[in-house]
Amino acid sequence: MADKFDEATQKELATFLEREQAQARLQTSIHNFTSMCWDKCITGTPSTSFSRGETGCLENCVGRFLDTSLFMVKQIEEKREQTQF
Amino acid sequence: MSSFLGGGSTSVSSSDMVAKKESMMNSVRQEIALANAQELMNKTNEKCFAKCITKPSASLSNSEQICLSRCLDRYLEAFNIVSRAYVTRISKERLEGQNTPLQ
Repeated sequence: MADKFDEATQKELATFLEREQAQARLQTSIHNFTSMCWDKCITGTPSTSFSRGETGCLENCVGRFLDTSLFMVKQIEEKREQTQF
Repeated sequence: MSSFLGGGSTSVSSSDMVAKKESMMNSVRQEIALANAQELMNKTNEKCFAKCITKPSASLSNSEQICLSRCLDRYLEAFNIVSRAYVTRISKERLEGQNTPLQ
């Protein structure tokens, strides 16, 4: 393996990889959310289209999950502060 | 350019390097796309089996097949809805983050 990329190309590849990895992480999150929200929102037998309620539930599910995550962080932070004083 | 950087026999011509770089990038893209497709296949398999095959019999019945095919369509639709909702949320948060930075 004597052939090496020059510095500019190495930098370009590093940036490229970082971007692709970020994209892949995003995809992974979306897979997880879809799985989770599918279980929560789609309770009946699949039909030829989603009902309005199901679509709304899926959208809300993502938002509320992220809210929950932020809320929990805040709660834990508060608990931590309480025990310090 | 090659003589300036490496010189001698180990250096690669720049067009070779560009080709090598491109093929590297393409294989990364392909690998990620493949992983993505595999994840979708696993998930739809798991979710739709759970939903449509409630009592496994000797073969897939007609109604089970209809259910599976609808379920697949709905799961992909759900993926797109969730994806849209998440991306919208992220960009909204990013905009707000510029005004009120996190402590």
